[in-house]
Amino acid sequence: MKNHVLRPLWLAIGLVLLIMVARHFMVPEDFGVHGDSFTYNYYRLSNVDEWKDFPVKYQGRERCSKCHEENFESISHSRHKKIQCENCHGPAAGHPREVKQLVIDRSREQCLRCHALLDYPNSRRGMMKGVVSEKHKRKFECSKCHNPHNPNLEDR
Amino acid sequence: MTCSRRQFLKDTATTTLAAALPVSTMVFLTPGELKAAVENKKTRWTFLVDTNKCVGCGMCVKACKLENEIPYDAPVTRTWVERYVITKDGEAHIDSPMGGRDGFIDDKIRDEVIDPKDITKAFFVPKLCNQCENAPCVQVCPVGATYQTEDGVVLIDRDWCIGCGYCIMACPYGVRFFHPVTKTADKCNFCYHRTSKGLEPACVQACAFDARKIGNLKDPDDPVAKTIATKRVAVLKDEYGTKPHVFYLGLDENVR
Repeated sequence: MKNHVLRPLWLAIGLVLLIMVARHFMVPEDFGVHGDSFTYNYYRLSNVDEWKDFPVKYQGRERCSKCHEENFESISHSRHKKIQCENCHGPAAGHPREVKQLVIDRSREQCLRCHALLDYPNSRRGMMKGVVSEKHKRKFECSKCHNPHNPNLEDR
Repeated sequence: MTCSRRQFLKDTATTTLAAALPVSTMVFLTPGELKAAVENKKTRWTFLVDTNKCVGCGMCVKACKLENEIPYDAPVTRTWVERYVITKDGEAHIDSPMGGRDGFIDDKIRDEVIDPKDITKAFFVPKLCNQCENAPCVQVCPVGATYQTEDGVVLIDRDWCIGCGYCIMACPYGVRFFHPVTKTADKCNFCYHRTSKGLEPACVQACAFDARKIGNLKDPDDPVAKTIATKRVAVLKDEYGTKPHVFYLGLDENVR
């Protein structure tokens, strides 16, 4: 065969080989089809474990109750019992070892998330006890009068 | 051109070998292996949202952002809450300021004051990744950086993603976004790191109204699986054929 045909042919073959060698070293061994579908299950298997190792931040009220028994007890008798501790106290990851003190959100905005009056018919929000923030003691934090762990003033 | 018998055989052998070389990089599954891969699934994570219960406090959005290290003030979020206010003229007023991260504490919608007397109905709709069975976002990924795990959750390989954004365009629900820190595509994964440890996703845990629940569709005793099987549930954009696995109770026709 003529040289001008062979030379590009060898070049092409060489390139393909080069790419395949490079692919061998660059693509992780666990990359491939892990499941029943090439379309949806073509991936690097170790990434699943990487996601499983992602750090958990919110610990849940059961963990809080182990040390803060009193506070856990007080809120569990109030209408706020369904609210997780960390919703106001912040995620407890690293507490108490690295993070000594959690920052409590005492802002009016935190309470207004549920208790800003929105007069919506046929909505659970419309049934919530709400205030118009501008017209209700707007210079004070809500917790000045309403204990978040026992918010009903009549119970006090 | 002349060709000897010996040369012809030699060339044929060489060509066949060279042509077979790329095939060696492929993986072939036996029918047994394939069957094992399909039938070993014991878990199919699914989500149930009760729009009747949501009050729009936005604690789920806040918890999600902090749990999953999504920049708090960036206009991106893995889950968000939409507010729908339907007035007597049939118009739907919809908003979701900062994805509902700070709740809905104002009765104005996009600076528009709506007279409470004109409102016929109003509700909040939490949204998140639907973990589709036929996920369009996975189909379009050119590098295999997003995939469906065996328990049905669609994950993103942050090391492998090149940030091309095809998946962000492909998702009909708009749940994918570009993560400003990792510079990769990002989305809700039902808190995979929590569900795999037996914990609830951060948004489910944070919800004080039981509006958000997670369950295993493959477990007949699972309360969420039971609800989906026995109650009237709906999914978003069913007509796209993506087979979404976030089910809604009390979904209104105005929700898109």
